[in-house]
Amino acid sequence: MEERSAIVTKGVSLWYNDFRALDSVSIFIPAFSIMAIIGPSGCGKSSFLRCLNRMNDLIDGAKVTGSIKIFGEEVLSTSCDVVELRRRVGMVFQKSNPFPKTVFENVAFGLKLKGIRDREFLLYKVEKSLRMAGLWDEIKDRLNHSALDLSGGQQQRLCIARALAVDPSVLLMDEPASALDPKSTAKIEELILELKKTVTIIIVTHNLQQAKRISDHCAFFLDGRCEEFGPTAKIFGQPDKQSTSDYVFGKFG
Amino acid sequence: MRFGNKTATRRELIFYALCLIVTSFALTALLITVGAIVASGALKLNLDFLLGFPSRKAEQAGILPALLGSAYIIFLVAVVSVPIGVLSALFFEEYLRNGPIKKMLDINLKTLAGVPSIVYGLIGLQIFVRTFDLGRSILAGALTISLLILPVVVIASREAIRQVPGSFREASYALGATKFDTIWRIVIPFSLPGIITGSILALSRAIGEAAPLICLGALTYVAFIPDGLFSPFTTLPIQAFNWISRPQPEFHQNAAGAILILIILLLIVNSLGILIRLKLQKRLNLG
Ligand SMILES: Nc1ncnc2c1ncn2[C@@H]1O[C@H](COP(=O)(O)OP(=O)(O)OP(=O)(O)O)[C@@H](O)[C@H]1O
Ligand SMILES: [Mg+2]
Repeated sequence: MEERSAIVTKGVSLWYNDFRALDSVSIFIPAFSIMAIIGPSGCGKSSFLRCLNRMNDLIDGAKVTGSIKIFGEEVLSTSCDVVELRRRVGMVFQKSNPFPKTVFENVAFGLKLKGIRDREFLLYKVEKSLRMAGLWDEIKDRLNHSALDLSGGQQQRLCIARALAVDPSVLLMDEPASALDPKSTAKIEELILELKKTVTIIIVTHNLQQAKRISDHCAFFLDGRCEEFGPTAKIFGQPDKQSTSDYVFGKFG
Repeated sequence: MRFGNKTATRRELIFYALCLIVTSFALTALLITVGAIVASGALKLNLDFLLGFPSRKAEQAGILPALLGSAYIIFLVAVVSVPIGVLSALFFEEYLRNGPIKKMLDINLKTLAGVPSIVYGLIGLQIFVRTFDLGRSILAGALTISLLILPVVVIASREAIRQVPGSFREASYALGATKFDTIWRIVIPFSLPGIITGSILALSRAIGEAAPLICLGALTYVAFIPDGLFSPFTTLPIQAFNWISRPQPEFHQNAAGAILILIILLLIVNSLGILIRLKLQKRLNLG
């Protein structure tokens, strides 16, 4: 099991200055599956996600120890090429954050960073990514409009398309649907299930029903520790730990 | 409840009236000043005055050398101070880590912005005129004024850079952007309108400066057009100052004319800034 995993973390701890936000998190995530991370607010879900593509590097005073292997490569070593890592491990944020540029420019941003200039190829990739994000039919006539003119749900799917454009093999999603209405949420869930065929997905969610609906595996975090992880059916059926069962059956949080 | 509402309304009314009165004072003062200048200087708004050279006869005197001197200085100051200011601001905001060094530089910068302009004149005299041996040239003057407004440009640019939402930076990094990519493609484009607005304000201040230039030896009587970076020069405020210190009332009229043109120049620079900003903002929203 562990050998065939896309992501394996061992004893990952994270400090923000003196505050320990993660405490020895060891989990593994199989390729082409969806892992949901659940847990009460402030337990370190986002922090953990941000370790996986080293976004915590950007925070003054943040320090990560332990080992994170993504497709066999050590992420935390100094020899890891962070730019390359972030291309392979895409990220979608809780609050959609399209650039105030055109739809096209948004999706093409990552490709242009790679130095790709060929207009034909860019158009092809933009269309492909927008199709994967289920957005193409809605906005194919508006590629040159500002991304800020789109609806909230469309903006979030645009961000997904933007992340997909550079062909990541892992997609990290931090509560991607928390600010959306049920219809947009359903669309995004559908999209995530579809994406599973090509990418490994880790999604943080506060919505237990959502975790149950879409994930194959589930990890329950509490106070910076990963209390338990395993197949979703087990976590929501008979979890090993009392704390997990309290959480998923709604005793707290 | 009703009573409470009433008090609130009355308090609000008093506050409103207070604001109104204070604002009208300021506006009236401005109107009187501009009115006085226009009243005595408007007659001077003709080509003879614009294209003429200073003269001992007030009615023949013109401001061409001073006008060109001011224009050259502003242009050079913009070319020197804006790039340096923006780069320093980027260094401050994007590269410098929070810590004692940043704090110290920050205090330093804010102090520099408040140093009286005459001090910059003395510095310019020592460094540019004497040490670098640039003489009492346009270049020395422009460099001195650049020093003077640099802190203001840096502070305004930092403010603009800080306004760029962190979520844009995060999105950029998460797509595999390097720090340079992020600065070049996100931070600079999105802060440019603010940077331009701040720089234009600083430049407007530079247009009106006379003291530091006089201090480093700008001439008060220039009967020729400056012909290069090392030419001696004068500027509009210096020319106005010169005229106004003469006893004859005709010269005072000339001074009013020069000031009027200075104000018009200021308006032109400001409108240019606004135009550029609007254009940029429009382009930003579209791509
Ligand atoms: N940049 C930071 N600096 C210092 N402390 C931080 C920082 N980011 C997060 N923390 C702290 O780390 C802990 C975990 O935060 P994190 O954002 O990972 O929680 P979370 O599980 O994602 O919560 P939520 O469900 O509310 O999003 C919290 O106590 C938080 O205050
Ligand atoms: Mg979070």
